[in-house]
Amino acid sequence: MELLVSDAQFDSGSRWLLFHAVAVFAFLYLPIAVLILYSFNGEGVGGFPPHHLTLDWYRLLFADAPIWDSVLNSLQVAFAAMVISLTFGVPAALALERAQFPGKALFRRLVLLPLILPGIITGLSLLMLFNVTGTELSLMTIILGHGTALISVATTEVFAGLQKLDRAQEEASLDLGANYWQTFWRITVPNLKLPIIGAALLIFTLSMDEIAVSFFLIGRDNTLPLEIWGRLRRGITPEINAVSTIIFLFSLIAIVFWYRLRMRSERTTDAGAEIVAVVEGDPA
Amino acid sequence: MTTTSEISMSLAGDGLSRATLLSIRNVAKRFGKNVVLRDISLEVAEGEFLTILGESGSGKTTLLRIIAGFETASAGEVWMGEERLDREPPYRRRVNTVFQHYALFPHLTVEQNVAYGLRVAKRPEAEVISRVSEALEKVKMSAHAKSKPSKISGGQQQRVALARALVNRPRLLLLDEPLSALDANLRRQMQVELKSLQREVGISFIFVTHDQEEAMVMSDRIALLRSGELEQVATPREIYGRPATAYAAQFIGHTNLLKAEVRAGVVRCGTLTWSAALPDGPALFSLRPENLRLVDGSGPTAGNALVRGKVRHRAFHGATELIRVECADGLVLVVRTPGSGGLLDDVELEFSPADAILVRESPERI
Repeated sequence: MELLVSDAQFDSGSRWLLFHAVAVFAFLYLPIAVLILYSFNGEGVGGFPPHHLTLDWYRLLFADAPIWDSVLNSLQVAFAAMVISLTFGVPAALALERAQFPGKALFRRLVLLPLILPGIITGLSLLMLFNVTGTELSLMTIILGHGTALISVATTEVFAGLQKLDRAQEEASLDLGANYWQTFWRITVPNLKLPIIGAALLIFTLSMDEIAVSFFLIGRDNTLPLEIWGRLRRGITPEINAVSTIIFLFSLIAIVFWYRLRMRSERTTDAGAEIVAVVEGDPA
Repeated sequence: MTTTSEISMSLAGDGLSRATLLSIRNVAKRFGKNVVLRDISLEVAEGEFLTILGESGSGKTTLLRIIAGFETASAGEVWMGEERLDREPPYRRRVNTVFQHYALFPHLTVEQNVAYGLRVAKRPEAEVISRVSEALEKVKMSAHAKSKPSKISGGQQQRVALARALVNRPRLLLLDEPLSALDANLRRQMQVELKSLQREVGISFIFVTHDQEEAMVMSDRIALLRSGELEQVATPREIYGRPATAYAAQFIGHTNLLKAEVRAGVVRCGTLTWSAALPDGPALFSLRPENLRLVDGSGPTAGNALVRGKVRHRAFHGATELIRVECADGLVLVVRTPGSGGLLDDVELEFSPADAILVRESPERI
């Protein structure tokens, strides 16, 4: 009898947990599902349930020159920002991990500051700087804004990778006759490949959907998030749903690519590996 | 064990005639206030197998890292022939290292790992290929040439690390506890292989270990390090037979340490007495268990020291037996006897005064 009671309690408990889990997942993913679904809706953004499935919005989107200009602009900005932040962020990580210099603790905090600072502050201060120097606002100013703000991402990612690196390997390389420069390129960099690619992908994604800093530094050319934001002010169009669906798809591909790389080198089974398994349809 | 010791003895015989390869002169190392090495002077001969033996924290790895160039000495010099080594960066020293955890490059294959030094030195590709395959042959790893280090066992990684170092034909090979990660059987097998490989290539080895048995089996000479200072540098046979300090006597093999008092040529330790030509005063002696004998029916040998006692404990070790004998005055002696198995209670022990080795006290160091 007791057993039955406790069983029933357990049942209701687990049912409640199940409900909770479903609710959380619905909250997280239902909006995305709706967005994707309505990008195929013949009735536009209105009407429930969606019917008259159509690719019209995608056709409209592909013919929409301003959107594609903004996509190209965003890609340019993201790529350039990635190059800038890696160029400065990787040496900063090396300095933080390897070198001893006065003011190191301060430098470390300063490098991480842009991660914590609200985008509004970063954007506004850069805008003031460009005003003082008389720089005309353009894509270039956005690139500089993203590039500098995201150095901290490159630094933290690569710093974490360096801490996992076995120093004996670099010593072995020196021992075998390679000088410091050769050791860096032949041993350190190949071992940092994953953190660097990870940082690059992260910077690229963060730059692609960055809005606060871009908002202050925008010139004549829009980036994709600003273009979408501009259009939203005039009301939601199904085209926006279509472009968002495409972005979502590309993000998914990037995630899969990244975890495949990691799995191959580390052979870890973690949450990421499971995502890949689900996406690729093979049971983990 | 016997054969290796004989080899060491024969080497010790001509050790003086060999040219000195490496000379460590008054090397000291401090990390902040922490003194790790104090005034170390040591010479390594061409083709010699020298073991730096010490407990963890004795400074043995630091000494090795100073020779390799990963640490700079706080004082002193390291010379290789006419060349001052300690001012050169590690990549200009003709010294190679086998690291404790091998430090193989995970992103390169076994073959590429071994070729690393030659490729960096920009040797012609044909030479690289032939020398790499020869080195892999020597350590019996040719079959795994294309494998990544993560795909081979610990013992195999060890061989690759050895090949990667030896392929560069260094004048001196440093080995930092290379066998510590292997299990006991593989370890014994590798000891023999490593020793015969060293004889074959004729390169000087400096081998760091905390295992006294390993040191005894493999070395031409042992440098015993304790708290950053050298206790004794000698052949295994010498260090076992004539330990210089109480620490050396206890660290290498079993021993009985006898705290005695010398007066007018007579040594007295409790009821135990023997004669020795020593100045008056306190003295410390090391007496190996195998140098104590049970007096049997034929009676004691003339001139030997004698003592009576009761058997308190016996431990069977196969060929021999270790017996703890408590003498009348409470002194406990450990005796190694051929495993007779006889039930003894009251025994009489004898030893030759020549076997009681005078040793220095080993004061505590911080």
